[in-house]
Amino acid sequence: MNPFQNSWRRLENLFNAPFGQALNPWYHLGAVIYFLFWVVVVSGIYLYIFYRTGVNEAYQTVEELTHDQPYAGGVMRSLHRYASDGIVVAMLLHMLRNFIYGRFHGFRWFSWVTGVLLIWLVYICGINGYWMVWDRMAQFVAVATTEWFDWLPLFSEPLARNFLFQGNVSDRFINMLSFIHITLPLVLLLFMWVHTKRMNNAETYPPQSLAVGTLLALLVLSLIKPALSHAKADLSLVPETIRLDWFYLGPYPLIYAWSPGAVWALVGGITLLLLAVPWLLKPRTRTPVAEVHLDNCNGCERCFNDCPYSAILMQPREDGRPYLLQPVVDPKLCASCGICVGACPSSMPFRHQELVSGIELPDKLLRVQRADTDHALDGLRGNARVMVFGCDRAYDVRALQSDEVAALSLPCIGMLPPAFTDYALRDARADGVLIAGCRECDCQYRLGIQWTEQRLAREREPKLRQRVPLQRIETCWAGPLDKKRVHTALSALRARISQMPRESFGEEREL
Amino acid sequence: MKPINYLGQGVAYALFAVVLGYFSSSPEYEHIPPGQALVKLSFSHAAQRKGACRERTDEELAKLKPNMRVRNDCPRERADVVVELEMDGKQIYHVVLPPPGLAHDGAASIYRRLQVPAGMHRFVARLKDKMDGDFDFMHEENVDLVAGRALVIDFKADVPGAPGFMFKK
Repeated sequence: MNPFQNSWRRLENLFNAPFGQALNPWYHLGAVIYFLFWVVVVSGIYLYIFYRTGVNEAYQTVEELTHDQPYAGGVMRSLHRYASDGIVVAMLLHMLRNFIYGRFHGFRWFSWVTGVLLIWLVYICGINGYWMVWDRMAQFVAVATTEWFDWLPLFSEPLARNFLFQGNVSDRFINMLSFIHITLPLVLLLFMWVHTKRMNNAETYPPQSLAVGTLLALLVLSLIKPALSHAKADLSLVPETIRLDWFYLGPYPLIYAWSPGAVWALVGGITLLLLAVPWLLKPRTRTPVAEVHLDNCNGCERCFNDCPYSAILMQPREDGRPYLLQPVVDPKLCASCGICVGACPSSMPFRHQELVSGIELPDKLLRVQRADTDHALDGLRGNARVMVFGCDRAYDVRALQSDEVAALSLPCIGMLPPAFTDYALRDARADGVLIAGCRECDCQYRLGIQWTEQRLAREREPKLRQRVPLQRIETCWAGPLDKKRVHTALSALRARISQMPRESFGEEREL
Repeated sequence: MKPINYLGQGVAYALFAVVLGYFSSSPEYEHIPPGQALVKLSFSHAAQRKGACRERTDEELAKLKPNMRVRNDCPRERADVVVELEMDGKQIYHVVLPPPGLAHDGAASIYRRLQVPAGMHRFVARLKDKMDGDFDFMHEENVDLVAGRALVIDFKADVPGAPGFMFKK
């Protein structure tokens, strides 16, 4: 096991106690960023109503907002700043988390690379925002930024010359800053959309209580410690001490402590390194991607609808069979999670003929899974026999195996067709079924838990058959370290089924 | 959810707010130490051309296309700009600025910030913009530099009557 991943999981598990898995903020960092973005947008619109774009007016209006209407403008200004800072915190944690969990290579390279570009955009938006106040910090940021850019051999005259004298900065300049500060967030939003474009059912809004809690925290902070300006910018002076926003302006002191070139080397180097991560840390072997078997496919589109990464496209049928469409797998996007196999109506273990589904993982063929299930079920003894279906990315369910407990692990729990539950309980071969997967809201393949729960609840195709008693099924969402959680769930299930009379569902017809 | 859970959530949100609240304006960054001031030497100046212009002969002009028939033939390449700055008799900066551009005919530019102690200082700035000889421009001035202020030393060759350095606080 990866020690970094385990340490990180332990950290995240600390938050499971107060928040529960469903609300754990670590599992919703991307959605929290979206939420904070909208807080910034709404507060920014309010500020812009009062903001006047002039050298004197810019500072004056921000001061008026802060001091003349502290209950509204002041709070909005503070929310604007703190939500922007929150975006940086959530964004960096989001990136670090995905890096630690190895969620950057293969089909995920696109999200990773666009995410790295988004970091630049977020920083440009935030730093540009600080110029608009036109106070001493804005002055420092403006001068330092231009001095930093002047290191690049791009400009015929140094940009910093624009800030030599007090009269150099015009109303038109502030106007331009204002225009950029409206345009760039739109570009940022566009990139955020591109970043999540390849995700099916991307989570762009966090659970309501998490959003409310985050907003309340920012609101209280805004009231206790409102964002304030420095003195008005004066280019004949040199700002001596500055209350820097370290989230956005942290690298700025390095321009003077090292040199502009060294800071370019640092940020450029980090950016290039991050962009190269998907290829530098590429796994040696590539898991085989899903394959379509048209003989067993009726073009029902379930695999297309359930694929978490939109790796399946529906195209006109080519094999002459009387169906309109056929699925086609894009190997570059396929995660080899098997969720499509779990969605396929042909993934029916009751079939007497050779079991081949409409879509299969070549290294995890369904007939092999059925044979393994049969073998496991045949070995069960005792009064409360349980078949456990688990996930390779979650707690290792094979550790639960005993005379009374059999276990089968799949690449993702979403690969489990609900009919396998039926299959295990049929003819009383098992008394109960435990279905275990990743931590709730933290599925390695995003939608495996969600689809499994909906299929078991008979809300999503393929639905669990009505004849299967739900009392004999237990679900448990637990990470690799959550041994206690899985054992508790198993014990609860076994205690329950031991009180129930053993029952058989009878004969199964060939489908 | 139990009250202890809400308490735990409150602690987590408070931690988030404290981190945001603190690092959004703390710790203070000291851009320049107390008692220090800045000198910003900055200008953009096109030096004199390296060679002298000569007049084209009528034959030479006739060979040129009509729109290219200019009597004076001046070499494009310009000389380096050499700048020196002295403070209290000690040289604190010296630079040779080659003309930019593929034909080396652009205006040389500089922006240089120098941190110096506050107080009364005598500054001498010199500039040479031709191939040979001594400095063409020189300006000296006593300046009382207040801590936290910037002295800008600019150079303009096209100011009628008073081309040369300008010291501005």
